[in-house]
Amino acid sequence: MNLLLQNARIIDPSQKLDASGMDIEIRNGVIARIGQGLKPDGDSRDLAGAVVAPGFFDMHVHLREPGQEYKETIESGLGAAMAGGFTGVCCMPNTEPSISDPFVVSYIKEKAAGHLVDLTICGTMTKDRAGEELSRMDALAKSGIRMISDDGVALRSSQMMRRVFEYAKMFDLLVTQHCEEHTMTVKAPVNEGRVSTKLGLTGWPSVAEEIVLSRDILLAEYVGGVRYHAAHLSTKGSVRIVREAKSRGVAVTCEVTPHHFALTEDAVERHGTMAKMNPPLRTQEDIDAIIEGLKDGTIDCISTDHAPHATHEKETDMVSAAFGIIGLETALPLGITHLVESGRLSLVEYITKCSVNPRAALRLPQVSVKEGTLANLTIFDPKAKWRFMEQDIRSKSHNTPFIGQDFVGKVIGSINNGLSHWPR
Amino acid sequence: MGKQVGVWVGCFGAGFKRRKSWLGEGSSVAKLILRAESLKAGIFAHLVRETPPTRRDLLTTEHLPVETITRLLDRSDYFVEMLRIPSPFQKLRTLEGRTVANLFFENSTRTRISFELAERRMGADHVTLTPSGSSMTKGESVLDTVRVIEAMKVDAVVVRHSVSGVPGFLAGHLPTHVHVVNAGDGAHEHPTQALLDAAELRAALGDLRGKRVVIVGDILHSRVARSNVWLLKKFGAEVVLVGPSTLLPRHAEKVFGVEVSWKMDDALVKADAVMMLRIQMERMAGGFFPSLEDYSSRYGLSASGAGARRSASCVILHPGPVNLGVELDAEVSGGEQSLVLKQVKRGVAVRMAVLEWMFESETSSRVE
Repeated sequence: MNLLLQNARIIDPSQKLDASGMDIEIRNGVIARIGQGLKPDGDSRDLAGAVVAPGFFDMHVHLREPGQEYKETIESGLGAAMAGGFTGVCCMPNTEPSISDPFVVSYIKEKAAGHLVDLTICGTMTKDRAGEELSRMDALAKSGIRMISDDGVALRSSQMMRRVFEYAKMFDLLVTQHCEEHTMTVKAPVNEGRVSTKLGLTGWPSVAEEIVLSRDILLAEYVGGVRYHAAHLSTKGSVRIVREAKSRGVAVTCEVTPHHFALTEDAVERHGTMAKMNPPLRTQEDIDAIIEGLKDGTIDCISTDHAPHATHEKETDMVSAAFGIIGLETALPLGITHLVESGRLSLVEYITKCSVNPRAALRLPQVSVKEGTLANLTIFDPKAKWRFMEQDIRSKSHNTPFIGQDFVGKVIGSINNGLSHWPR
Repeated sequence: MGKQVGVWVGCFGAGFKRRKSWLGEGSSVAKLILRAESLKAGIFAHLVRETPPTRRDLLTTEHLPVETITRLLDRSDYFVEMLRIPSPFQKLRTLEGRTVANLFFENSTRTRISFELAERRMGADHVTLTPSGSSMTKGESVLDTVRVIEAMKVDAVVVRHSVSGVPGFLAGHLPTHVHVVNAGDGAHEHPTQALLDAAELRAALGDLRGKRVVIVGDILHSRVARSNVWLLKKFGAEVVLVGPSTLLPRHAEKVFGVEVSWKMDDALVKADAVMMLRIQMERMAGGFFPSLEDYSSRYGLSASGAGARRSASCVILHPGPVNLGVELDAEVSGGEQSLVLKQVKRGVAVRMAVLEWMFESETSSRVE
């Protein structure tokens, strides 16, 4: 692939680079030259007003394959990732069968081969996510796994969690927890607060997240030498707990989803089951704490928790309905609209959360906008105003409350592995 | 389920307009969408108000205008009088030719019979679906069940379901002409119960403004409490929610704008009425209190024991069925201040009034 990108603003946090009016010459998928006033020698694209950043990486997506291809496939999921401007994603292991064995890893890898979007795979931490036996971490690590998690459920037993930490550190695996104290969240579709009280639905209290997060941090610290990552945190208390742990030097990282900083529990009254998430949408106070945590570095990454579900799984009552929404295609516009455009985060800070930090947490090689490296780029217009429509959706499922929403910030394209994609 | 069904994704709120074009303006789906478009609020609220100009539903008391409530109560007074006439009762013909389906996804005897009698007395045909022996237990979704019933041509559905929001959700998915009545959804609302309670309170106490109504029991799981709170506040009553701290929902003071307490004795001192909620034994498995004895000693009304500090004129309500010896003892339940049996009688009258009001919007163009 040969292409000249013209008049772009390059923002690359890894090089502390923010330069406007730059041209990038790509030859055979590699960045050959970066400069000003480069002469086109073949295809070129004028990117005036657009930002070119190191490719975005989403470390928490559900691609549903194998086993639930009616919701999403690796192909449709990676297509959605590409449409959302991501050049890499990590898929979670709650498939059927779960990613507890290397043969599932090879199956997934084969399906994802040759795509613009790099696929990293997360294995389970216990066999079939049942919480009873350790997964085959050695074999999983050898097949290229860098992260393990029983995502969707938290590991209930503290003793088992300790063993997971002890065993995982032999293979330098990042241990990721879905923090939920399950005895406190039985049939609880919404946050415990205003909406649960008003509607008479069982509440999923913030403390149920914080209990497991605290326990894990204590165990990780006790075991030592292990890297812990808390998935999709949602509460003010969680931000405080991680901040305090980091200040003590515990090797903890964490992420938040766009919907947890874009919506409060009030969305349940407007959107019904489309606003049913796990963890649930919280309050404005929690959102303020999350944004503060993003700002001060307590929260490392923005991940989507892209969770495709078929229509009939959402078109039902609040208790039976599935948790979660698709997120890959709304992540960037939600981030720009709610974090950057609102003045809470700079573009450099935002890109750091979407590109640099996820790869760092997973210990993947960093990507840079640098001569001589493979072009791995996310290109977006941070000022474009547009409306998200159902026909835009590339994911196989359409479960999102954001249809019809006006956004600021739009993906223009992405380049990786010698391929480029320009949605419109 | 292919792409066609995808149209319903996100059908709770935003995003209707864009589908109009390819559905065709005349299709029933398009009509439904057009109606839904005019409804701005959320699923639990958006079909509650009288506003869809073509249809009246009763989904909550929270969104029911006070003028409508007053009219329903007035009409229920009329029907109570009428029901006093000795048998044989002259069936009304108001709803002749109308069919009402009672869809009780959750078991109920009293409410179901009360609705059935009201339907019969208003002249409607009716069918009733209960959980046992229906497809509900075979994994059919609630929406499918209701769509099937609707396809057999009914004019209204009366819905009871164990999950909050289901009647509102169904109202959003049913064609324009099918009315929806909430007969109790989860711990959310039970509007006809609150209407009948208010009618009896009004009969006993007169104007409810400034009257102190104490609601006692399992507030956390009670749709009766929620519907009553919204309704009583609209009439200016002072509402107090009382129960053990494990059964009081968080932030109830702020959410409902009422007083909340776990001290029944204190709350009852100046009470004009006390509404005792039924303890659902099956829900108490969660260990909300140590034993029924402990509960009733603190939150039960007996002739001599707990709650004895209430004034002699304080009236007593209970939505039934009473767990005798738990919420009320037999003496209190059958006593002079008890409205329990009057409530039952009123239930039929109120439901007749609701049915009449719902269908009235179709037979005349009169707007209140």
